[in-house]
Amino acid sequence: MKFLTISGPPSSGKTSVILKVIDAFKQREMNVGVVKFDCLSTDDDKLYEKKDIPVRKGLSGSLCPDHYFVSNVEACFKWGKELGLDILISESAGLCNRCSPHIKEVTAVCVIDNLSGVNTPKKIGPMLKSADVVVITKGDIVSQAEREVFASRVKHVNPKAVILNVNGVTGQGAFELSSFLYDSAEHETLKGKKLRFSMPSALCSYCLGETRIGDEYQMGNVRKMDS
Amino acid sequence: MQTAAVSKLENMKIEELLNIYPFAKDFFDSFGLEIFDEDLEKSFSKYLESLSEDFLEEKAIDRDSLVNSLADLVETMEEDDSTADVESITIYGGKDKNGRDENLNLHIRKGEVVCIVGPTGSGKSRLLADIEWVAQRDTPTERLVHINGEEPDKKWRFSIEHKLVAQLSQNMNFVMDLTVEEFVKMHAESRLVERPDEKVDEVFKLANELAGERFDRETQITSLSGGQSRALMIADTAVLSKSPIVLIDEIENAGIDRRKALNLLVKKEKIVLMATHDPILALLGDKRLVIKNGGINKVIEVDEEERGLLPKLQEIDDKLLEYRNKLRNGETLS
Repeated sequence: MKFLTISGPPSSGKTSVILKVIDAFKQREMNVGVVKFDCLSTDDDKLYEKKDIPVRKGLSGSLCPDHYFVSNVEACFKWGKELGLDILISESAGLCNRCSPHIKEVTAVCVIDNLSGVNTPKKIGPMLKSADVVVITKGDIVSQAEREVFASRVKHVNPKAVILNVNGVTGQGAFELSSFLYDSAEHETLKGKKLRFSMPSALCSYCLGETRIGDEYQMGNVRKMDS
Repeated sequence: MQTAAVSKLENMKIEELLNIYPFAKDFFDSFGLEIFDEDLEKSFSKYLESLSEDFLEEKAIDRDSLVNSLADLVETMEEDDSTADVESITIYGGKDKNGRDENLNLHIRKGEVVCIVGPTGSGKSRLLADIEWVAQRDTPTERLVHINGEEPDKKWRFSIEHKLVAQLSQNMNFVMDLTVEEFVKMHAESRLVERPDEKVDEVFKLANELAGERFDRETQITSLSGGQSRALMIADTAVLSKSPIVLIDEIENAGIDRRKALNLLVKKEKIVLMATHDPILALLGDKRLVIKNGGINKVIEVDEEERGLLPKLQEIDDKLLEYRNKLRNGETLS
C-alpha cells in the first residue's frame, strides 16, 4: 500500500487539498483512505465520510499530538491494509512548528499557505524542511509576484522539495499533485522505519498535570529564558 | 546529490562560501544559524562540528541534511537558464467536456498575442493550466503541448526559478508587509536576475508610467490601489520575468493604460496569452481562441476589417479616460 504523511500548520488547507487530490486519485480508480490526527476536536472526518472515503480519526487530547501520531501510525497502516486500500493518507497538524510526522522512505508532504507571511518558511522546522513535496495554497488570494516570492522562500529552506501551487477551493493544481504522488513507494509495513527527525523532548511536571505557577512546582526537563 | 559537490562545500571556508554564494547567508539564517567573525576562517565542516549536539537538537538541524540542502541550493542556483530559447509552443487538441475531439494543432510563435474568450466556466483556466503544466496527454483535457516543435523536458513542471510561464492573474492583492522597493527587490532576488537594484529602478519607473496615480518606493504594497497594484505587477512581469510565456487573466480597465501595458509585454519578446473580453485588447491580438464546453471551439484570425474598428473603440475609450481623470481631479464632467 502507498502511504503519505501530509502535515502543515492549522488552517493551511490540508483537508481541502487532500479532498481534491482524492478526487483525482478516484479518476484513476484508486481506493483511498484517510487518517486524521488532531488535538481537541475535528469535523474533517465528516467531510471525508460525506464523500464515502474510509476515515479514522485520532484525537490526542491531553497528549502531545505528534507523540500520539507516532504511537498510533502503525496501527492505522494495518487498518488501511485490511481495508485493501491502494493508498492511505495521514493528515496531521504540526502545531508547535518544531514537530514533523514525516517518516524516512515515506513520501512526505507539507501544506502551507501564501497568507501566512513571508517569514513563515523560516519559522517552520523539519515538517517543512524535510518534506519531499511542499504544497502552497491560497494562491488565488495573492498576486503572482507574491506567490513567486513565497515559493522562493520555501525553496531556500528546502531546495530538494518539489513545490506545487494548489488551490483547495477550485482544485487547480490538485491533478498535477496527484500525478506526482501516484509514483510514491509501496510499503508492506511501517514497523522498523524511522522518523525523519526526532520529536522535541519534554517531560516536566506540567506534562504530568501540574497547573500551579512558580519555581517550586517545576520539575524535570525545565528551561529558563536568558536573563 | 553529487558527493563531489558536497565535499567541495565542506572544505570551503565559511568566508569563501559566503562570498561565492551570497544566498548562503539567507540559507544559514533560515535555519537559525548565526555566523560570527571567528567562524569565517573555519571550513564549513569544521564549523558544523563546532556546533554542539544540544544546539543542533534545539534548532532541529541534522548536519548531513544541512550540507546536502545547501549543495542542492547551489545546484539550483547555478542551473542553466534554458527558458530563454523558447521560440514557439504547439498545442495539440484533446477533448472537450463531452469527450468530443478538439481537432486542432495550434502553433504560437514568440511575439504573438493570442486572446482567449468564452464564458465563465467554459474552460479558459484549464487551458492556461495545461500550458503551464506542459500537458502531455496527462491532464483531464488530454491536450499535448510541445515546445520548439518537440517534447519538452519535464523539469519545466517543477522549476521555481525557471518557469515556462509567468501568470498575471486577476487577483492583484498583496498580503506581505513590505514597501514597494523591498518587495520588488525580494522578487528580483528570487528570480536570480543580474544587478537587482537597477531592475528595481526600472520596474518602479515603468509601473508609474502605467498607473493612473503615482506612488513612491516607500509605499506599503498593501496600501496600493487596484490600478497601482496592476501597474506594478505588469511592470514587474515585463522586467523581471524570464519566462517566455505570459498568461494574462483579464487586465482590468481601472486605473491603468492597458495598451501601453500590452505593448510593454509584447516588446519583451514573449508569447502572450490573454483571457479578455475587452474589445480593444482583443483587436490588438493576432488570434482569438473561442472556448466552449471545455474545448477550443474555433480559432479566429483577427483581420484588417475587424482591426479597422480600433480607432473608433479607442476614441470611446479615450473619452472615458478623460472623464475619469476629470473626476479624479475634482472637476465637473459637463
